[in-house]
Amino acid sequence: MKKWLNPGLWITLLITVAIGIWPIITQEAAKREVIFTVLMAIVFASSLNILLGYTGYVSFGHVVFFGLGGYVGMYLIKEYEASIWLAALAGGIAAGLLAFLLGKAILKLRGAYFALVTIGVNEAMRAFVNNFQPFGGPIGLELNFKVYKPYGGPADALWMVYYATFALAILVAVLSYAVKQSKFGLSLMAIREDEDAAEVMGVVPHNAKTWAFILSAILPGVVGVLFFFKNGNIEPAGAFRLHYSIENLVMVMLGGQGTVLGPVLGAFGYQRLRGFLVTNPIFKNIQLSIAGGLLLLIVLFIPAGAVGWLRNRFPRLRRVLS
Amino acid sequence: MKRTFIALFSLLILASLVLTACGPKTTPTPEPVATEAPSEEPVATEAPAEPAAVEKTVVVGFTASLTGKYEVSSTRQTNGLKLWMDQVNAAGGVKLADGTVITFESKFYDDESSTDRVQELYTKLATEDNADFLISPYSSGLTAAAAVIAEQYGKVMITTGAASDSVYKQGYTLVYQAYTPSSRYLTGAVDALANADPDAKKIAIVYENAKFSTGVVEAMKAYAESKGYEIVLFEGYDKDTTDFNPIINKVANAQPDAVMGGGHFQDGSAFAKQLYEKNIESIKFVALLVAPPEPTFAELGDAAVGVVGPSQWEPLAAYTPDFGPTSVEFEDAYKAAYGEEPSYHSAGGYVAGLILQKAIETAGSLDTDALIAALDAMDMTTFYGDIQFDTSEELHGLQIGHSMVYIQWQKDADGNLVKQVIWPLGGATAELIYPIR
Amino acid sequence: MGSSGLLTSLIDGILIGVVYGLAAMGLTLIWGVMNVINLSHGTIIAFGMFGVYLIFTTLGLNPYLTLVLVAILGLLLGVAIYFIAIQRVIDAPHLSTLLATFAVNMILLGVGTAVFTTNFRNVDYALGNIQMGQITVLGTRLVAALAAVFVAGALYFFLYKTRPGKYIRAVANNRAAAELMGIPSTQILALSFGIGTMLAAIAGGLIATLFPFTILSGGVYELKSFVIGVLGGLGNPIGSLAGGLILGLLESIIPIVMPNTWVPILEFVLFIIILLIRPTGIFGAKE
Repeated sequence: MKKWLNPGLWITLLITVAIGIWPIITQEAAKREVIFTVLMAIVFASSLNILLGYTGYVSFGHVVFFGLGGYVGMYLIKEYEASIWLAALAGGIAAGLLAFLLGKAILKLRGAYFALVTIGVNEAMRAFVNNFQPFGGPIGLELNFKVYKPYGGPADALWMVYYATFALAILVAVLSYAVKQSKFGLSLMAIREDEDAAEVMGVVPHNAKTWAFILSAILPGVVGVLFFFKNGNIEPAGAFRLHYSIENLVMVMLGGQGTVLGPVLGAFGYQRLRGFLVTNPIFKNIQLSIAGGLLLLIVLFIPAGAVGWLRNRFPRLRRVLS
Repeated sequence: MKRTFIALFSLLILASLVLTACGPKTTPTPEPVATEAPSEEPVATEAPAEPAAVEKTVVVGFTASLTGKYEVSSTRQTNGLKLWMDQVNAAGGVKLADGTVITFESKFYDDESSTDRVQELYTKLATEDNADFLISPYSSGLTAAAAVIAEQYGKVMITTGAASDSVYKQGYTLVYQAYTPSSRYLTGAVDALANADPDAKKIAIVYENAKFSTGVVEAMKAYAESKGYEIVLFEGYDKDTTDFNPIINKVANAQPDAVMGGGHFQDGSAFAKQLYEKNIESIKFVALLVAPPEPTFAELGDAAVGVVGPSQWEPLAAYTPDFGPTSVEFEDAYKAAYGEEPSYHSAGGYVAGLILQKAIETAGSLDTDALIAALDAMDMTTFYGDIQFDTSEELHGLQIGHSMVYIQWQKDADGNLVKQVIWPLGGATAELIYPIR
Repeated sequence: MGSSGLLTSLIDGILIGVVYGLAAMGLTLIWGVMNVINLSHGTIIAFGMFGVYLIFTTLGLNPYLTLVLVAILGLLLGVAIYFIAIQRVIDAPHLSTLLATFAVNMILLGVGTAVFTTNFRNVDYALGNIQMGQITVLGTRLVAALAAVFVAGALYFFLYKTRPGKYIRAVANNRAAAELMGIPSTQILALSFGIGTMLAAIAGGLIATLFPFTILSGGVYELKSFVIGVLGGLGNPIGSLAGGLILGLLESIIPIVMPNTWVPILEFVLFIIILLIRPTGIFGAKE
């Protein structure tokens, strides 16, 4: 029970809530949209962190779960008039199922080979959906405006999606903490440090890795449904955007891989920085280069990320930052 | 050395973390890229008798693709819209029934050619920036995402640079389209072919497997088949395709009289170039989307000769406008302002503004219901062509007045490549070169 | 489809395939020598395209001559990238090198977009056609393919017959042992990275003579290079030529029997399967 009183969890939760609650207090739609993007990144990056940070597997094509979840959810909403909740659940299940099937095959690959194969999976899925008529092929799926009616009209529907994403962000923080503190989490970290040695110590790497993969896939699938429902339409090129996976890797790296708080801070910092650079008249034209330069400096000099660096530099902080 | 580096850097990171942590309390929203102030002194000379006219500035909000793959087309669209705004403001704005004089101000952000942040930015425009009207981003995909926001916040949105029909089938009531919808993009090319050669019967369709182009060719295929054409090949290609030889070999094998399709700019140019290089004898007519009307298509040299393309507007197409400037006036003003030829994207941006202006003038107020009534009833001719919207419940806002013109690249007497309008015949500036080789 | 149609497809596939192979060669060389997946590969290819375009349009040099200049610039750029971005993280986990090269990619792409915009360019240069009965072979494609084979041959000669080349192979094989033998591994690694980017730049330059392009065009070839690298064996630059041939043939033959849009699905499924069965590639060494 003691572990649930650990400040590491509460600080993370506090920060997540502080980020998410602001638009609710002010009831400003514009702030809500900005923070929605951040919360979505928190869910995605924290999920990715379970695989990347804890287990040490670099999933480059992780956006495939986001896209597939989104497509399954949108399909159910459009064709069967399913409620958003059912659709979100289905999206999560579809993503988890894909991770289960893939995990059995691809998790035996290590290092860069694994990274490469996830790129292949995402590209194959994008090309497939582009040809898959039930999902609208290249045209994708578009929702009629009346789908928002049952939720009290579009304005209320947007707030509802926001609350749901906020709840997911809190859930993902608790989940990553729970995983990290559990025996399962320990076996994942053992795999990260030395997979062969972990096996000798009695960890069954394949099972542990598969579960980590599934866990990291489900919430991106759910948040995919929420995002595209809010968006009103989904297209293959937008759903399986490799660049979005890479951005999320950067967020995890920025905040500190393998930590609970890191992805939350990384997602927030990255999205804010990007929003600033893109719209700032001075940096606008060269914003990509500046973001790249910053990333390079962090990779070269602070590879442990912000939280990891703080933990290393000030060992006392280890008790409060996890 | 290394230590100082690390220390410096950690300071930087700490600072940025502190900054970001306090984020929500400051403004977590991006600053506007630019704000076009209205001309300082609106000339209200029209109504000298009335006591001091009330002035009101109306904010027109939109996103533009300043970076990413739509940069070029989107910038032209924005330029066109700004030109309209500058002109209308310089002329003293629009006067309402109650004597209020309206001037316009624009507010826009960079959408990076990606749907990621379109909704975020449009929500900001609709709420924080209090935009009174919205103009769509460039491209159908981004517009679909933006239209949802316009509806949600009850803002009238004029779409331009977005041709897909599907946006208007989603039950929207406030979204109005300036472009000819994609279902009518290439049907005129079929008519032009039929007019030039009644014996041509076989068409090969090669298109980019993406939202816009698929919509175009599916409608065109149905139309061609209804006219008795045989579609000998119906082949899509991935958006990233650069080597078209595998498809062109299939085209060669099908021995078509005409090749139609295409997608966006780059793939369309690459396809045109390689189709020319393969020198397939049966092909007498080539019509491609998007790429040919662009002035830079001429960089293809001989490969450009004879290629037909649908255009929303061409400087040569002479409509007699009952509202706004003539084509020549628009072209001159645009050249003077930006130092380049306007493309149809520029005209699209300008005409979106004209539609807004006409609606406000007709309604005589800024009341949304009155504006909707004015837009629904609109039937005008501008330098860009006719403007009229579908008012049925299923297809509300779809453009039904405007139609495409078709250009063909031809060589003039000096051997220079020039664009000529070849269809519709009423506005033609030259005869169709047929067969192309 | 008649036999001449099939033959045309075969020839087209072979000609473009070796160019694809050349595009992938730099990626696999860098991977083989230092286990780094270079995510700036695509943008360097695009820089190669712009290099040829700019020199061709401003100085009017023959595009094939400009390749020499582009190659030298590519080599220098690569060495610079190595010392700035790679050296510090070369022994770090894969994520670090992946993100370091990705960061380089962002920097280069940002500069490229700001300077060149995303407007499309075309090197308007033709060498006419070679007509053999029903079959038409485009001059520029033939020359590009020959140039690709020539570069591959030169690389082979360099790696197997010259001292620096042998050093590179030694470092690739076992860096620690090579260092013990007195091989200056840092310089050799920098040289390898330089040659890798040089090959990418040359490939980009050749592709520029074939197709119109923008600054964003490199991404396609980067993805293709991954597939080719796996087909031909990651770490085996000469195998890339074979991998490219396979890819080129697949792309030209598959559309004969099924819709063209299925090609990418088959390509990536094949890519996944090969990675699963033999991660070192069809022509790669056994693990």
